[in-house]
Amino acid sequence: MKTCLVVDDSRVIRTVARKIVEELGFAVVEAEDGVVALEKSREALPDAVLLDWNMPNMDGMEYMKALRALPGGEAVRIVFCTTENDMRHIQEALAEGADEYIMKPFDAEIVKTKFDLLGLTE
Amino acid sequence: MKLEDFDYLSRLLKERSGLVVTKDKVYLLETRLTPVARRHGLKDLDELVQTLRANRSDKLLIDVTEAMTTNESLFFRDTRPFDLFKASVLPGLMQARAGQRKLRIWSAACSSGQEPYSLAILLKENQAQLSGWRFDIVATDLSKEIVAKAKSGLYTQFEVQRGLPIQLLVKYFKQTGDKWQIDAGLRSMVQYGEFNLLTHPRSLGQFDVIFCRNVLIYFDQPTKRQVLDGLADVLTKDGVLYLGGAETVLGVTERFKPIPGLRGLYQRSDGEAAVKAA
Repeated sequence: MKTCLVVDDSRVIRTVARKIVEELGFAVVEAEDGVVALEKSREALPDAVLLDWNMPNMDGMEYMKALRALPGGEAVRIVFCTTENDMRHIQEALAEGADEYIMKPFDAEIVKTKFDLLGLTE
Repeated sequence: MKLEDFDYLSRLLKERSGLVVTKDKVYLLETRLTPVARRHGLKDLDELVQTLRANRSDKLLIDVTEAMTTNESLFFRDTRPFDLFKASVLPGLMQARAGQRKLRIWSAACSSGQEPYSLAILLKENQAQLSGWRFDIVATDLSKEIVAKAKSGLYTQFEVQRGLPIQLLVKYFKQTGDKWQIDAGLRSMVQYGEFNLLTHPRSLGQFDVIFCRNVLIYFDQPTKRQVLDGLADVLTKDGVLYLGGAETVLGVTERFKPIPGLRGLYQRSDGEAAVKAA
């Protein structure tokens, strides 16, 4: 089973995202910030990451750069999922190595679309 | 809803748009038409039907039809039809039209424009191989309101996240307030118009490709046949018809037959599509 790391400092968002991603057939691991996400990524690289941008301790951008530097980290599919809903942030995320980008608020259809586009679903 | 009101509305919708509303879809009439009733200062559906009976030429009639026939759409809907368009349909038809270097495409129920704009994006993304070619994309819908929305190229944040890869959003849209607008170059590639599929499409000219997806499912058998026969009249002899995944010509009309190996794509029975599975 493929794994998805859901990284968001909001427990509510993590719960909603977990349910959506599980329905897409993933085993889900949660992290509340970039530091915890990086620890979990070192333990086992996920296939996909659904990643918030603004979080305490380590934000999504810092985490993504650190993840990409891990052995095998460049193959992980990273989908930002954030309230940073402007063109400048989207372009910055893509330039730094994000594969897809979701602007909050989101729903199951949007997450499915993005995972489909990345070939993560059957 | 009273039975006679349901009968009246379902007859009216069938007559104006071909839409078949069966009794198990009463909830659709209620959820979609109650807001229309309120907008017109009417208390409920009873009053709406009374008003329609009194004056059928009213704007209310247009709003009722539009509310019932407008459906959500998404960019690159179902993905595969567009993959086939790029891999099989375009190469085949371009070979067949090498002399004219012109193709006409019709999005026959374009809704808010995602289908024709997806085609425009696909053509733009492959422009290096298409130089010297002219592509006419004609996009029509029954609803005046939805055609105006399609023409504006303005979409909500939700709409641009359905089916559209983020790289294409960045490349072809600009943010205007809380909306996203597709760029003027792509907008100019699509000619929009109102068109009711219950009328014969000969006034639109001949097409090499017709997209008529997820519309026939709302029609009864005789209406499906009437619409498909009209499409056969305006499709070139070697052209391609796209239907939705849940739609077929089998048992409806003899004017079309499936293209082997290309699910959802049909050719005229009296011709052969210039298209083969890749």
